[in-house]
Amino acid sequence: MVRVRYVDADILIIGGGMAGSGAAWETRYWCRNCRIVLAEKANINRSGAVAMGLSAINTYLGLKCKENTVEDYVKYVRGDLMGIVREDLVYDYARHVDSTVHLFDEWGLPIWPEPKTGCYVREGKWQIMIHGESYKPIVAEAARKALGDENIFNRVMVTHLLKSPSNPNRVVGAIGFNVNDGTFYVFRAKATILAAGGGSQIYRPRSQGEGLGRSWYPPWSSASSYGMLIEAGAVMTMMEARFVVPRFKDGYGPVGAYQLLLKTRISNAYGQDFWKPHIDEIRKLYGGKGNYVDLPITPTTLRVFAQRLEWIAGRGPSLMRTDETVKKARRVRQ
Amino acid sequence: MPSYVIPAKCTGCGDCVNICPSHIMRFTKSGIFGRKAYNAEPESCWECYNCVKHCPQGAVQIRGYMDFTPMGGAVEVYRDEKTNRVYWTIRYRNGTVKYFVFPIRTTPWGSIKPPTEYPEPPKEFLRTPYLSCEHEQLGGNKLGVELPRMKVPEVVKAEVRG
Repeated sequence: MVRVRYVDADILIIGGGMAGSGAAWETRYWCRNCRIVLAEKANINRSGAVAMGLSAINTYLGLKCKENTVEDYVKYVRGDLMGIVREDLVYDYARHVDSTVHLFDEWGLPIWPEPKTGCYVREGKWQIMIHGESYKPIVAEAARKALGDENIFNRVMVTHLLKSPSNPNRVVGAIGFNVNDGTFYVFRAKATILAAGGGSQIYRPRSQGEGLGRSWYPPWSSASSYGMLIEAGAVMTMMEARFVVPRFKDGYGPVGAYQLLLKTRISNAYGQDFWKPHIDEIRKLYGGKGNYVDLPITPTTLRVFAQRLEWIAGRGPSLMRTDETVKKARRVRQ
Repeated sequence: MPSYVIPAKCTGCGDCVNICPSHIMRFTKSGIFGRKAYNAEPESCWECYNCVKHCPQGAVQIRGYMDFTPMGGAVEVYRDEKTNRVYWTIRYRNGTVKYFVFPIRTTPWGSIKPPTEYPEPPKEFLRTPYLSCEHEQLGGNKLGVELPRMKVPEVVKAEVRG
């Protein structure tokens, strides 16, 4: 027989990753007497896309040190996504990023400090370097302190949103199940925050066999954010923009530290430049309105396209020339 | 490469089963040696090393990537929440050993001030774009500057297909 558990709350947060933990902190800050519950399909201490830790925070504007403005950032995102962007949404999250990073700093996340200016060490124009092995446990501690451990439901996978019978435009809770013992959960809440993960492995990864999970985005992200919302009738926005990260041989991430911090050269399999031979073709295809091809930071999509053209021409894969960087570093040390 | 458990070392405490974000560290059926943990689905393993870091026996191991630790090499990790350091040991098969130490946290564990210890925010601030810790009246301005305001373009009225 299936056990059923009913949980009543004022606010239900679905997903306990970085977004869910942040939502837990913020809701508790504004609503001291609410009952807030959080459902997480793994253990909140290590869940979501930051479970293994990170070596950089990829968006930090540095408003305090006047390094960038929010408008600069919106322009950069617009260029990188070649115009397929809702500027209001980008602006809205970008202006809050800095205070969040300063909170992380206060909580104990080791961010590389810049002793001269009092700011942080920059990896690239927007990125800062951290020692992020315990990034998620630190943020999870804040969420756990905000809600209390009794209000966090670990290993509960939420599958559907519940809608009000009288008002079809209102979500009044969610249902899910415990992945360990199969207990069926019915959450009833006045407000619901959906912060579940994105989708990974929608396309077949290049890695095979046991290396199948060796992907940049975690293999356990099952796109439940999209699925549940579409099923509930929500209007999805910005779904046109796919995030495709450049890939290099033997690397399964964008290798930001090498690319941005150490300025490592990227070449095709024969050590030649991968971008120049295709610039005319790419300009012919995408050089129209917006002039994205000649931006100071080439859009990621176009760089990936150039790498793909190298593959097709038989000059793949792209290499991150770490050998040159190591040689250069050795020379500097001597 | 996905993690694997050395059964002789595993005591079946379940720390790795509890922490695995992918829910693929499972218990075997209890036999005469008691229950053991094992990686039930290596294809869904992200190699996040959480099972390795949380195993008190050092029974969970991961063989390193072929490119930097070829066959016969090993990657070991020890995470210490008392000294707030993570220690990595890379053993190559020719005997070379490399050690790395990184800090994991600058404050003691459990030291975060919960949001309820901040003064209660004034109700009228709910209508402003400020989040917590972005204004003097909201637990101090951690942003460091005035919250940038700009007239953001009106939200595009989404087309609802009937």
